[in-house]
Amino acid sequence: MSEAKEEKIVFQRPKALCDVVTHYCPGCLHGVVHRVIAEVIDDLGIQEITVGIAPVGCSVLAYNYIATDFAEAAHGRAPAMATGMKRVHPELVVFTYQGDGDLAAIGTNELIHAATRGENITTIFINNAIYGMTGGQMAPTTLPGQVTTSTPRGRDTKLAGFPVRVCELVSTLEGSAYIVRRSAYNPSEIRKLKAAIKTAFQVQMAGLGYSLVEVVSNCPTNWGMTPLESLKWLQENMLAYYPLGDYKVKDSVKELMAKK
Amino acid sequence: MAKVLMKGNEAIAEAAIRAGCEAYFGYPITPQSEVLEYMSARMPELGRAFVQAESELGAVNMVYGAACTGARVMTTTSSPGFSLMQEGLSYIACSEVPAVAVNVMRGGPGLGNIQPSQADYFQMTKGGGHGDYSPIVLAPSTVQEAVDLVILAFDLADKYRQPVYIIADGMLGQMMEPVELPELKPPQRPERPWALTGAKGRPRNIITSLQLDPPTLEKVNLRLQETYKRIRENEQRYEEYMTDDADLLVVAYGTAARIVKTAIVKARRDGLTAGLFRPITVNPYPYDALRRAAEKAKRLLVVELSAGQMLEDVRLAVMDKRPIHFFGKMGGVVPMPEDVVDAMKKAMAEA
Repeated sequence: MSEAKEEKIVFQRPKALCDVVTHYCPGCLHGVVHRVIAEVIDDLGIQEITVGIAPVGCSVLAYNYIATDFAEAAHGRAPAMATGMKRVHPELVVFTYQGDGDLAAIGTNELIHAATRGENITTIFINNAIYGMTGGQMAPTTLPGQVTTSTPRGRDTKLAGFPVRVCELVSTLEGSAYIVRRSAYNPSEIRKLKAAIKTAFQVQMAGLGYSLVEVVSNCPTNWGMTPLESLKWLQENMLAYYPLGDYKVKDSVKELMAKK
Repeated sequence: MAKVLMKGNEAIAEAAIRAGCEAYFGYPITPQSEVLEYMSARMPELGRAFVQAESELGAVNMVYGAACTGARVMTTTSSPGFSLMQEGLSYIACSEVPAVAVNVMRGGPGLGNIQPSQADYFQMTKGGGHGDYSPIVLAPSTVQEAVDLVILAFDLADKYRQPVYIIADGMLGQMMEPVELPELKPPQRPERPWALTGAKGRPRNIITSLQLDPPTLEKVNLRLQETYKRIRENEQRYEEYMTDDADLLVVAYGTAARIVKTAIVKARRDGLTAGLFRPITVNPYPYDALRRAAEKAKRLLVVELSAGQMLEDVRLAVMDKRPIHFFGKMGGVVPMPEDVVDAMKKAMAEA
């Protein structure tokens, strides 16, 4: 008879992730990004000082899944709301979680000005090139030629203009400190995403300025694909227009990262 | 404390500071910009939060954010800016967080002009944004009263966890009068178990105006209506001036009421016995008090710097029990007391 061995937990739900079923569609990466954020909150031990702000869009109910204090903003206004919170409570870690329609269309003004003021807040920006919750209309990040329910013949740039590249735009602003684009289409990218979100929170906690992590994401339902097809489409189409990488890492952030 | 001579806008700003306002967010717009300018100097000096926002949308959502953390917070604007703020104010009302918003009204519609007006009465007293909500609206007619009502506004916002508005206008914002201010004290933060301050040693808090389940959203609405009922029962305020023997009861608020007071003195010299009923809370509107006052008079005259907006509330109060006349000026035109006296005489002469 072999001796009973003590079992070691090697994987479990992060404390900062609620033990509930989400409303997200099968194959959607929101759940992955939520989990990564929760892991970072656990790793940094900041669950009790973090306040999240959910957007309008598919992740409007993010407050049901990430276990910190949470507010739900009007469409696009999360960075303004975060500004109000952070200015009164600089000791809090305040992050906004926003989709492409919320952040890059109706909320562009709030985004740009929170960034240029150098607000010590963090934005997690989910870019899946479509309005998911309202049923798959064109987003500001919809690719040229991409078919949506409001570009039935594909996005015609003569009529509907060009997709917005958020990291490239925000990185030009002096108040932005850490602006990077990641994805979550495979485990390796998810690990890189987690490292970036951790850095973004640390940048905020060190008071170095505005941080934004863009996640090139998917929407199997509104893209009309299986989850695996959507991840393939993401890699083959999205990454060419939205290259992954670091768009702005201020020297102060580099110094901070060297210390960690 | 000794009286000081202050401009209305600056007095509103200092009153908020004395009331313990911890955060101010605003955007420049005439004729309220002095509030923003004053706050930009004073708030940082006191270690409090000040941001000149990118727009009124930005400002009101910063207010919403700060209010969610339980801070005493204020924004100020003028008519076109107040229109932009309706989105955030609806969210604030539904989320049940306290906030104070001041509208130093100017001529409209559209870009209008920068002269005094009372044409935002409907927007301010009947909700303004989407959904069933009913903000408390306080109507000062002097700079001193603006100070007193700003302080009251913070207390009422805290008490009922609702947005409270000050309905002022360009005349009140720009004029200078002697005022007495309360002592400056450090901001007091009462216990706010609902606030978003980090879930340390308590279950986490969520502030949202989203309720996808209709019966749940109905419950939120019923709770709001219960709050508005308590406000109606407890917070109606008004002033009566020379109403005891008045044949003509003039109803006016804010700047219009000041002009009416002068007109009443002049009219009485000419043998026309008039009095003033001045609502101080234009929401909740003092319907019963006005009805009682109206019963003592023969006729009513409503005077406003608008096409006749409060007029509808006067009709609701008095119904068809007394003839109701109206005199109003629009587009930033402010009547002289003599114009009001003429309107009063005309009202009494009409059969």
